[in-house]
Order: sequence, then C-alpha cells, then structure tokens
Amino acid sequence: MADVALRKVVKRYDDVEAVRGIDLDISDHEFIVLVGPSGCGKSTTLRMIAGLEDITDGDIMIGGDVVNDVPPKDRDIAMVFQNYALYPHMTVAENMSFGLRLKHYPKAEIKARVTEAARLLDITDLIDRKPKQLSGGQRQRVAMGRAIVRNPKVFLFDEPLSNLDAKLRVQMRIEIKKVHQKVRTTTVYVTHDQVEAMTLADRVVVMNKGRIEQIGTPNELYHKPATRFVAGFIGSPAMNFIPCRLEDFGGALQIRLTDRIAFALPPARAARYNALPRSEKLLLGIRPEHLTESHAHLGPGVESFDTVLDVTEPMGMETLVYFGLEGTPVCGRVDPNAGAADGAPMRLAMDLNNMHLLNEATGAVL
Amino acid sequence: MSTLSIDKAGPTRKVKLRSMSRDRTWALRWSYFFLVLFAIFFLIPPVYMLITSLKSSAEISAATNPWWVFHPTLSNYVELLTSNQFLRFFWNSSIISIVVVIVTMLISIPAAFALARMKFWGSATLATGVFLTYLIPDSLLFIPLFKVLATVQEFTGIPLLNRWYVLVFIYPTLTVPFCTWIMIGYFASIPKELDEAALIDGASWLQTLTRIFIPVALPGLIAATIFAFTVSWAQFLYPLVFTTSIDQLVLPVGITTTLIKGDVFNWGQIMTGALLGAAPPLIIYAFLMDYYIAGLTAGATKG
Repeated sequence: MADVALRKVVKRYDDVEAVRGIDLDISDHEFIVLVGPSGCGKSTTLRMIAGLEDITDGDIMIGGDVVNDVPPKDRDIAMVFQNYALYPHMTVAENMSFGLRLKHYPKAEIKARVTEAARLLDITDLIDRKPKQLSGGQRQRVAMGRAIVRNPKVFLFDEPLSNLDAKLRVQMRIEIKKVHQKVRTTTVYVTHDQVEAMTLADRVVVMNKGRIEQIGTPNELYHKPATRFVAGFIGSPAMNFIPCRLEDFGGALQIRLTDRIAFALPPARAARYNALPRSEKLLLGIRPEHLTESHAHLGPGVESFDTVLDVTEPMGMETLVYFGLEGTPVCGRVDPNAGAADGAPMRLAMDLNNMHLLNEATGAVL
Repeated sequence: MSTLSIDKAGPTRKVKLRSMSRDRTWALRWSYFFLVLFAIFFLIPPVYMLITSLKSSAEISAATNPWWVFHPTLSNYVELLTSNQFLRFFWNSSIISIVVVIVTMLISIPAAFALARMKFWGSATLATGVFLTYLIPDSLLFIPLFKVLATVQEFTGIPLLNRWYVLVFIYPTLTVPFCTWIMIGYFASIPKELDEAALIDGASWLQTLTRIFIPVALPGLIAATIFAFTVSWAQFLYPLVFTTSIDQLVLPVGITTTLIKGDVFNWGQIMTGALLGAAPPLIIYAFLMDYYIAGLTAGATKG
C-alpha cells in the first residue's frame, strides 16, 4: 500500500502532446477515477504510472520513491486490462499465480493466496478452467484475482468494464467497490463512463485534452463544477447551457434568457454575481432536475415560465421534456403525471438556487 | 417516401435471398467438382509409385497393364531396407533435417519475437529485409555459396565441401527467413496486453517469450517446424552441389545417383525409395495437423 504522486507529468508522441503537465496526489487507500472523453490522456496517464509508457517530462512517485526509470515489474503494481489479457494456455489458478511463481514464492503461500482471492471474488469453482471456458464477467473477475494475489502497492484499472454488457457492468461495479472496501489498496481507475466514475471514486479526476479539468469528490464535481467541460460531462442528461445576460431591474439583479423570459436572482446569487459586467456574454447552467413542472406555491428562488415542449421521453419514474429557448435546446425532468406531451404547452419551474453562471468565452464557472 | 422505398425493398430482397441460396448450391457443386479433379490429379503419381514399387524389374519392363500388379513382390522394399547405402542416406537426411529444424527454431523464434514486439530503430525495415532474402532462389545462391565455403575451407583448413554436416549451415538460409516471417505474423496477432500483463507480473522478455508467447503461438510454431522439416528433407540442389561421396549423400540425391546407373533406371527401387522417403513428412503432417489447426488463442481476450 502506498500513495502515488504525479508532478508535472508530460507525455509527447512525436509532435502530439497527449498529457500536458499533470499534477496529482493520490493518498494511501484512496480510490481515484480518471474520467474523460477518448483521447483526453487518461489511459496514457495510467500506463505511465504502470511503467508501460515512458514519461517525457516530470516525475511519478509511488510510495515516495521516484519511479520514472523503474521497470513495471519493480514498481509493485497490478493492472487489470479492458480486454482482460488472461494467459489463454493457463488455468484460472495458473493465471492468478503467474506473478507469484515468477517471484519464486513458496508453493503453500501461492496456494493460500489464490484460494483467498478466489473466495473473495467468488470464482472458487472456476479455478481449474481455461479462460475460453469463462464468460466475460468471470474473465474480468479472474483478471482482478490476478491483481489481488500479488498484494501490490497500487491497483491500476484500464476501463475494466467496457467490454461487459450494461447489466453485468453494474454488477461488476459493485463487486469492484466491495473488493476495494476489503483490500483497501490504493487504486487508480480509468473510465470514460461518468456514472462509473461517480459511483466508484473517492475522488474523481476529470481530464480533457491532456489536462486535468477538476479534481474532487463525486458530489463536489456534480454540484460545484469548475469549468463548463466538467459541468457538461458529469451528470446525465447533461447540464443545460442557456445564453443569458445580467440586468439591473428596479434595484435588483435579474437574469435575462430571452426577450420574454427574465428571472430575478435569489439574494445569495445576486450578491455573488453583482460585480460582473452587465454586457458580458454569459451562460446559465442548469441541470434538468432543476427544471420541473410548476406548482401553485413555488419556493424562494424558484421561477416559473411557459413553454411549448418539442419532445417528451417517459422514463417511468420521471419524464424528460425537451424544448427550445431561442434556438437553444433545453432538457427538463418532470413528474410522469404532470401531463407533459409532445408539442403541448407546459408551465415549468426553474430552481435558481441551483443555477451556475458561466463565462461563455472562457467556459469558467463564475 | 419511406413507404415507397419499403415497397420497393420487399420483393428485391426476396429475389436476392433465393438467388443467394442457388448461388451457394452451385458454388458447392463446382467446388466439389474441382476438389475431386485435383485430388485425382495429385494422387495419380503416388499411386503409380506404389504400384511400380510392388513390381519386379521383369514385370516393369514387360508390356503389361502399367496400372495393375500381376505378381506383387516386396523385394524392392527388402533390398532397399537391407542396403547399408540406402539406410545411410536415410540417416543423413534425418539427422540433417532434425538439426536444421532445431537451428531454425533457435534463430527464428527469438528473431520473430524481437521484430514483432521490441520496437527498435529499423525493426520494420529489418522484418521486410528478412523476407526479401527468402525471395532469392537457391539456384542463384549455390554458386556464390560454394565459393564462400571453398574459401573458408582453404583459410581455416576445416573440411566443409563434400561433408553432409555443411548442409546444416546452408539449409537455414532457406528456412530461417520464411519461418521468421510467418512467426512475426503469429506473434503480432497476440494481443499487446498479454505481454504487458506478463511484464507487470514480473516476467523478463525471455520469460515472456518462453512462458507466454511460445505456448500461445504453438500452432504457428508447429507450422514453421513442419515447413522447415519439409524444406530440409526435400532439398535437392544444395546436397547435389555440396556433397559428392556416396556416404555423404542425402536421400533425394542418393536415390537418383545410386539407382540410376548410366542409362539403366532401376524403376522399382527408385519408386520404393521415393515412397519411403515421402513417409516421414507424411507421418509428421498426419500427427501435427490437428495441433496445427486448433486455435489456442481463443479466450485470451474478448474476441
């Protein structure tokens, strides 16, 4: 077990900069998820921690030691790959014990560790099978077992659930969380799936174009995104971004969305945004769950407006409604019994207590 | 618009389906026709060899039906298998082929592994270069090779010409490039994550090769082995050029030089010798074919 630290880590392929100076501190026992769209440098970062890619610049430390030039086998890490990478000619037990056998561990200890890992992952019955006799989920468990028996300082997961079907993915996600709760090994997990990131991580690292956009707990990222990218990436359906500007109206601050629609800001928000220039082009960031059907008695900071719905998507426990505000598509979440219908007019309420204001040009959350 | 295109698609698809199954039937008929044709075509020579090998010299020269044995005899087989000369050829061929296979594998496997996996400066060019050397025919190479060996013999005093063991050094010029090339292909088809997993598990390059790559690419290795053995066993030009004394000859050259005396062809024994000579590769193919076909990579990754 150990902490991991990245200091100004850069990876350059010829003239492409895949990772552009990353700083990251991962403490002992922590479960960190690197998330981002494809090509954001998350896998490259993981492979650099593993030692499978050389780093162009900067330092990587595991347990306080700089490991830049240490080969993978001496870094005391274990990795689980997206396509499992099980050795096809070995049984499950042989797959799991391969690393220990290479290090000449005593036979009794190897057997004990494999048995324990198999019990933990519920694959005791499969121990003598070959990988091709296993299902995708079972193979992924074996791949995890191979990592666990080594008892490494750090676990590295490279999109381990991407090859599984949706149902199995949810199940294995819970398994991974359970295993981490038991073994408490420092874990770095790469995924492009923000739901996986939110559900598994102690802290999530959102990456984009080779840089870290924001590091935080799942709730911090959700409720206090630092940039437009994070605000749009975390959460499904994604946050709405509606062009707007600030106005002074009768001594109060209000936000104008369209010629027809303008809302007075709640006092806390008004105080926060008062210093902003009124001419600046801004974006109102509002999550679909804060755009609901209107009630007779709206709370403070909740404003209602009329619109005509384009499309509705009944999801069972809620209905997603889509409409346009001066050409900007907007999504809201209403009660399934609120009477939302395609093409029908509807009165919606916007909870401005949960709004975000973004600079349109820089994408920064103000 | 969309209804229109559906109406149009309906009947066309039916017609297409029907013609596809008819196409398939005809394709199968034609393939069987040509398969049978080729099977007959390629089986006639060995059958003729077998028939002739069971005949006495008198029956062969008699004007009877050449496709039938009237007085079958095993005398050709007995004579050859009790002749020290023939057994000597057989022994030479066997020992040379086995050593060549071993030498080839010892060179080709590490070479293919390095060219397929250890990306180093010029590795791609080198891989193509290896294959290009295979394209130069032995009929162009044997004269310069002879000159090289003669020079080496002259300077070192080690007897190389007219010695069977020199073939052990020469045959790999034919087998190594081809075996390396096909094994580069097999090794390259092994998912990259497999050696990365081994690397993280603590395996050295050599351990990755011996404990992961060789077992996983075993079908490819067997294919290469069969190829190397067949090439060495059937090689004619090099042994004809480099060996001359009777006790140094290999089977293909031995049969033609000792059983043809002037213009007298001992057909019965020639055919018997050829059949006996064809037996070892045949047996090897028969035993290793299943292995060769069985894919061992299934289940390594999601596929």
